[in-house]
Amino acid sequence: MTSENGELKWVGKSPIRPDGADKVTGRAKFGADLMLPGMLVGKVLRSPHAHAKIKSIDTSKAEALPGVKAVVTSADMAEMQPEWVAAGEVQINFLDLSNNILASGKVLYDGHAVAAVAATNSAIANAALELIEVDYEVLPHVIDVEEAMAPDAPILHDDMFTQGVTPTPDKPSNVFKEVDIAVGDVEAGFAKADLIVERSFKTAAVHQGYIEPHAAVASFSEDGQAELWCCTQGHFTVRAYCAKLLGMDLSDLRVTASEIGGGFGGKTTVYLEPVALLLSRKAGRPVRAVMTREEVFRASGPTSGASTWAKIGVTKDGKIVAGEAILKYQAGAFASSPIQPGCMCAFAPYDVENVKVKGYDVVSNRPKVAAYRAPGAPISEHAVESVLDEIAKKLGIDPLELREKNAAKEGTNAAYGPKFGPIGFADTLAAAKAHPHYSAPLGPNQGRGVASGFWFNIGGESCATLNVGEDGTLVLATGSPDIGGSRASMAIMAAETLGIDVADVRPIVADTASLGYTFLTGGSRVTFATGMAVIEASKQVIETLRERAAKIWDISIDAVIWEDGFAKPAGANAGEFEPMSLGEIAAQAGKTGGPISANSSINAEGAGPGFGTHICDVEVDLETGAVTVLRYTAVQDCGKAIHKAYVEGQIQGGAAQGIGWALNEEYIYNDEGRLDNPGFLDYRIPVASDLPMIDTVIVEVANPNHPYGVRGVGEVPIIPPMAAVGNAIDSAIGVRMTDLPMSPPKILAALDNGS
Amino acid sequence: MARIILTSGLGNQYAGGQTEFEIEAANVRRLIAALEERFPGIGPELEREMAVAIDGEIYQDPFLETIAPESEVYFLPRIGGG
Repeated sequence: MTSENGELKWVGKSPIRPDGADKVTGRAKFGADLMLPGMLVGKVLRSPHAHAKIKSIDTSKAEALPGVKAVVTSADMAEMQPEWVAAGEVQINFLDLSNNILASGKVLYDGHAVAAVAATNSAIANAALELIEVDYEVLPHVIDVEEAMAPDAPILHDDMFTQGVTPTPDKPSNVFKEVDIAVGDVEAGFAKADLIVERSFKTAAVHQGYIEPHAAVASFSEDGQAELWCCTQGHFTVRAYCAKLLGMDLSDLRVTASEIGGGFGGKTTVYLEPVALLLSRKAGRPVRAVMTREEVFRASGPTSGASTWAKIGVTKDGKIVAGEAILKYQAGAFASSPIQPGCMCAFAPYDVENVKVKGYDVVSNRPKVAAYRAPGAPISEHAVESVLDEIAKKLGIDPLELREKNAAKEGTNAAYGPKFGPIGFADTLAAAKAHPHYSAPLGPNQGRGVASGFWFNIGGESCATLNVGEDGTLVLATGSPDIGGSRASMAIMAAETLGIDVADVRPIVADTASLGYTFLTGGSRVTFATGMAVIEASKQVIETLRERAAKIWDISIDAVIWEDGFAKPAGANAGEFEPMSLGEIAAQAGKTGGPISANSSINAEGAGPGFGTHICDVEVDLETGAVTVLRYTAVQDCGKAIHKAYVEGQIQGGAAQGIGWALNEEYIYNDEGRLDNPGFLDYRIPVASDLPMIDTVIVEVANPNHPYGVRGVGEVPIIPPMAAVGNAIDSAIGVRMTDLPMSPPKILAALDNGS
Repeated sequence: MARIILTSGLGNQYAGGQTEFEIEAANVRRLIAALEERFPGIGPELEREMAVAIDGEIYQDPFLETIAPESEVYFLPRIGGG
């Protein structure tokens, strides 16, 4: 798959992005951009209460309003059973999914959808929402995870009995489940420690912050078939969920993924999509539904807020002898937070014989959490990386050296069980240590922090089709929505494998009727897994090209090789033939057997874990408490960067989101349990002017299970920033901030307290 | 015989708190069948919710993967992502 001199022609380069021109000119079609004849406007009525019984819903006045073509409530949904399915890292129960999309019996958070209307225009749809009469009985609510676990907390679900506890409790609780991970003997481990540090933290629930709100256009036809156009990370997943929720056959629903303005895990589930379908089915016309930014904040995502505690014991030379953590994650109003991967990741970067992690998955009156980059991992690893920093300072050991002493390597049993294969954690630590940033001088009130992060990376089911045109150019279709540059990466891997110009490969995202099932885009899986399907399809095309060239030359296929984009005789004995290009062979395809195409359908196993190490410099304004990030360097082992600029962009984006989590972002609920900051003016994500240019260092320790060595990139870079920023603040002002976000008022309060 | 390790949650729920076993099974399907025979009810849960790490290699949808006599097999929760 390499050129004659063994060098890669396209892999690792940054050719022009195939989706770039349409995006910078505004031509790209996002979720809300599709217009269909006779299309109606769909709008959703949402609960103003954090927790209330729905005593009745009267939609008659809304239905009677001229211009209103359909009104739906939960009564229009198919009856669901409590069946669990995966959505990103978060498990979804179909009964809960149905109740989250349109509330049944109770509303469980401010913004919970109650009913929806389809009308001929926005004004009529809004007027119709006003005419829907919902009689609520307001109930006590609970927002905070610790308060939700209290014995006297308002109970959200009368049928929730904590799982993972023996015997199963006989009283309902807001704790959906308890999770335990245990390796070795932590008590014996701590007994060997010369120094033990423990500390509690709180991290805020944060939204994925995608710029494009959720949007869907649905069109039902009279024969029961439907088309759905939406912005999603997984249109096959959308098809599966919607078909189940509406009682449809999969083959009757065709879903097309639009361009997507960010997802980060938040678009791995459904909100508006089934509602638009229900409205379209009832109205007999196409329906478009688009969330406002306020709706996005009140009713979609976020990831969990959490209370965490970590305790680490070390010998005086810095060897970790035991690690323990307790993690309490918000799940939102319905069960299932990313507590499981949070527990598994907490100590994963380190070679520790004795580990114990206890996790709690807790419901409260907040929107149901959705996946967010490396779901669960940033929260637990923040606690561990912060305590490690404290240990390094107490022992007087360089924090990178402390990590090097304890870093997991090939053959180390991960803290969650199995042995690691080849991994590049130590390489990221060495690269960070060698980076000029790490030895640059600092000024007054400035400090430097480092932190590391781990994520599994995954594979999964993917399909790819390559169709060779008669002019020798190719269309490459995959089922992976492109949220981070996957079309560019797929084109590169096809071109590299085939030995042709990347500009001759046009990558597209095919709809659910045009390609086999492909799992959603998430978990840093697409470049690895869908990439393997693309490479496999490319190899099949090469086989066909060799076969066709053999026919044209009237020799055996074994006498034809494929090299640098040309069919060539294997040697002198094969005969004297001029090399034939892909285009020349394609031009004669009709005579030699028909069109040339290939399809690959795989379930990719063998994903390679990813590690990163970040360096952060901050300056703290002692007058205002404001923290300025002065310099930031992110080092990550990606296995192999296929499209280098996109990989750098993913790392920078993840780091920026992690810095926002560290310094700015939080949901502010008032006493009534209503969200007070559902907009970007008051929910402050970092913008370009808030951050320095984030420097990236790509480490490439190849994953032996991928032809080009790919591991994945998108998850890891959001993990280290919270601790890296907190550790830097501690270095600057000698204050360990334990309550995120580390906003100016909290920093000032900590300084005033003389911490 | 291969060394089999369950999560503590599964061990508590189905195996009286035991999490490590030695079992001879040619592949994952047969291993799950053997575990189901010992601990009724565990099989469907393993098939539905668990990934498997065989000698460090994680399989998200395991079925016919070979298990060698000296293999180390961990059952793990399936991993997703954002």
